[in-house]
Amino acid sequence: MNLRIAVEKKQGNFLLQVKAEVSGERIGIFGKSGSGKSTLVHLISGLLPPEKGEIFLDDECLFSTAKGVNLSPERRRIAIVFQQAMLFPHLSVKANLLYGYRRCRIENRRIKPEALIDLLQLQPLLLRGVANLSGGEKQRVALGRAVLANPRLLLMDEPLSALDDTLRFQIIPYLKSVSEEFGIPYLFISHSILEMQLMVDRIVVLKEGRMAETTTPDQLARNSMAQSPKGYLNLLHLANPLQDNGLYAYPWGHNTLLISDGEPTKQSLFELSSREIILFKKHPEAISARNLLECRVSEMFDSDARVGVVLLVNGEKLVAEIVHSAAEELKISVGSTLFAAIKASSFRKLG
Amino acid sequence: MILVPEDIAAIGLSLKVALAATALALPFGFALAWLIVFKKFRGKMVLEVLVNLPLTLPPVVIGFFLLLLLGKNGWIGKLLDASGIPIIFTWKAAVIASATVGFPLLVRSIRLGMESIDQQLIEASRSLGAAWYDTLATIILPLSMRGIMAGSSLMFARSLGEFGATIIVAGNIPGLTQTIPLAIYDYASSPSSVTMALSLCLVSVLISVVVLVVHELLSKKLDRRSAL
Repeated sequence: MNLRIAVEKKQGNFLLQVKAEVSGERIGIFGKSGSGKSTLVHLISGLLPPEKGEIFLDDECLFSTAKGVNLSPERRRIAIVFQQAMLFPHLSVKANLLYGYRRCRIENRRIKPEALIDLLQLQPLLLRGVANLSGGEKQRVALGRAVLANPRLLLMDEPLSALDDTLRFQIIPYLKSVSEEFGIPYLFISHSILEMQLMVDRIVVLKEGRMAETTTPDQLARNSMAQSPKGYLNLLHLANPLQDNGLYAYPWGHNTLLISDGEPTKQSLFELSSREIILFKKHPEAISARNLLECRVSEMFDSDARVGVVLLVNGEKLVAEIVHSAAEELKISVGSTLFAAIKASSFRKLG
Repeated sequence: MILVPEDIAAIGLSLKVALAATALALPFGFALAWLIVFKKFRGKMVLEVLVNLPLTLPPVVIGFFLLLLLGKNGWIGKLLDASGIPIIFTWKAAVIASATVGFPLLVRSIRLGMESIDQQLIEASRSLGAAWYDTLATIILPLSMRGIMAGSSLMFARSLGEFGATIIVAGNIPGLTQTIPLAIYDYASSPSSVTMALSLCLVSVLISVVVLVVHELLSKKLDRRSAL
């Protein structure tokens, strides 16, 4: 998917002025509230017209003041997943799911309802009214409804913000799998760096109505390390642990990580804050932290007053965060060997 | 309760006029409410004032304006006269009078119904491939049904009670244009007909109660459907 956009839109005192070109299947739009993310969603989907500019999706002109083109939303084939599920309250789950499908031209109906209902595990919900669904179920139906419209692009407008943490990490695999399975590119809009790390490959960063930069999720997380309350979040997909004295021993590449909050057999996602990693110059004699990993410094970066230390542990990567004086005292430089201590309870299970 | 054949005719006519006025006003009311709620255009305020004007004007004034408009020398009257359709002093004039007087009530209720629809539901529908008229028919219409029903009941009830505008444009001709309120007015002006007036009053109360009960039942049904 290639999206080329150069638009201006004034709303009261707020001026959105974005010029960007992004390619890829999983693009993020990141910005604080009030940065213009929502307005941009409206402009791309055709729900609001820009004052001037142009929008191209895969070389098709969706909007252009110069050419006098403004495709109506129903002809753009861009489906939106909103923050709230926004299911039609007067229709059943099935009728909601098929709303877009029935309006899609037959030659464009690539995704069949049966396949999608299977993937999103919606079968048991089909005949229910939408009022009796839980928050997570509603969002799954909303996602299914958008995908069944067989869009060229999915706009996910903060689809996880209204969900609590447990639900959020239950929905993420669904969001990713429908897009991968059916080959629909998406634009994922959010103000959460963690969601960006989990969902996208490239990010357009919006600041006060303008495009500040295009970057990668990792770079974004590194840049915001010092201001973010949890620092840089290392994300670890781990599976098949062995029970070990009340802890879970997870294989991690060629290493083993001892984690308190594990779950037998299932694959789990853990976050580890860069601030939870303590670095030693030499191997300590004895230590209460259950994980002591020998590692090599592969890279160092500055984030305001902090130093990010990228560690390689037998080929696996972790980012630790220290203050400048600590970096000087330990004489850390790229290539030096360190020992990283991490408590078993520092890993937080996300889903 | 005593009802003479003229009274029965008045009751029949009242129901016919109220029903026709509601049916006539409904599509216009829906379209206007939609315009006011969902569209941005110049002169919206003027339109809103015009729509609401009959609510504040004395019905007699409305009747008089309608008489000027529909009479032999009025803009519309001339056209109708030329095509051989008499309006003034027929039951059709009563329908137009009732429709005009009750119109703001209808538009107000439908508007309230439409305003309670989340804008994002409409956006969702459009982004799922529905053209504006499709969204209007499949999302806005069903979701403003409660407002439409409330508006129709109000309009129907208001039409049953219409007096001032009706007597001016339709007159008070027993068996032809005499509705319940006009008949009661006739009876009330002669002291010997108190019982007759009272009978028609009772019929009025009865019809009003039926309208309200039907409205409540339909609302309950809608509630049950949306709670599925």
